[in-house]
Amino acid sequence: MRLAAREVRRALAGAAWLPVAFFLLVATIVPFAVGPDAQLLSRIGGGALWIAALTAALLPIERLVEPDRADGTLDQLAMAGVPEEIVGAAKIAGHWLTFGPLLLAAAVPGSAMVGLDGPALGRCLVALAIGTPALAALAVAVAALTAGLPRAGALAGLLLVPLAVPLLIFGAAASGADGGAALKLEAAVALLIVAGAPFVTGAAIRAARS
Amino acid sequence: MSALLRIEQAALVRGGRLLFEGLDLMLVAGEAAHVTGPNGSGKSSLMRMVAGLLRPSAGRIERAAVALCDNGLALDRELPLGRALHFWGGPRLAEALTAFDLDRLTEVPVRLLSTGQAQRARLARLMAGGARLWLLDEAHGGLDRDGVARLDAAIAQHRGDGGAVLAASHVPLAGHWRELAL
Repeated sequence: MRLAAREVRRALAGAAWLPVAFFLLVATIVPFAVGPDAQLLSRIGGGALWIAALTAALLPIERLVEPDRADGTLDQLAMAGVPEEIVGAAKIAGHWLTFGPLLLAAAVPGSAMVGLDGPALGRCLVALAIGTPALAALAVAVAALTAGLPRAGALAGLLLVPLAVPLLIFGAAASGADGGAALKLEAAVALLIVAGAPFVTGAAIRAARS
Repeated sequence: MSALLRIEQAALVRGGRLLFEGLDLMLVAGEAAHVTGPNGSGKSSLMRMVAGLLRPSAGRIERAAVALCDNGLALDRELPLGRALHFWGGPRLAEALTAFDLDRLTEVPVRLLSTGQAQRARLARLMAGGARLWLLDEAHGGLDRDGVARLDAAIAQHRGDGGAVLAASHVPLAGHWRELAL
């Protein structure tokens, strides 16, 4: 709990607004790229918001694990008897708290940019609410896997995006009309990622020591 | 009296290079060992191995509760020193702050601390935890004369209280130390 609270405090002291600003920016450029055709926009709007959310999830990766590895915090936690998996779970929870709710709030103006109407916005919010914990979990796991490597930021992007593809497929489908089945599959994928990520994170933290 | 640290026939390979093998060391309450050796001889790796952060390639290690002071600061840079140290807590935090003359710095953000002040903070965290086995990796670096005196006094007190110390250092250490050359 104290670890998760520490993550939240560090994110708020840092740049928690940055991924959200990036999300809105990407959502804003979609109409510029595809033109002002309202029908086309509202058809691709859900998917565009998901691409925006995925790219926004990439931004904070470098500050999630690497600073704690570099300054010995992870070592001191290990000596204090905290399992690495708990560290991973706390980081995921703390990261989601400063990422998920803000992103959901930003999705409301974001959906207006890509021309989603009320019901479509509702579906999109539900799909994002289920998907953001998985995005946060993936971001922490990938951050742990790339911590300490040269060009970690670029590498993290290459790792995270393919891993997020199933989430993207079902999440974007769940944002469209008739998305009930896709929503269930999205929830299943998200559950798998959220459940597995702390173990990946823990193993990666341990592996980075040797 | 049972040993606070017992290393038996330990070997450590890092990056394909054998750092040491057949290492034996035992420390009981009140004892201290000074690890010496040229740069790259594996002093820091030995410390991390005893701390449990590296697994020995061969041999075995038994030890009491341990605290490590190496070059990792492990304090939140944006927090005032007092709160940053409080995150790690420990039964002897107040005593440790006084022992390393940090009482008047508790409101100073960690990022503004000087090299020597940061080193005192690392030592305070080590002491605050109340572990019986201290691992000091170049702990005298960056300290002024007053800081060195305070560290030597803290080590003497720790040994007097039944603790043990394993220190890697290039400078001579005050008091009686067993020598361990890598």
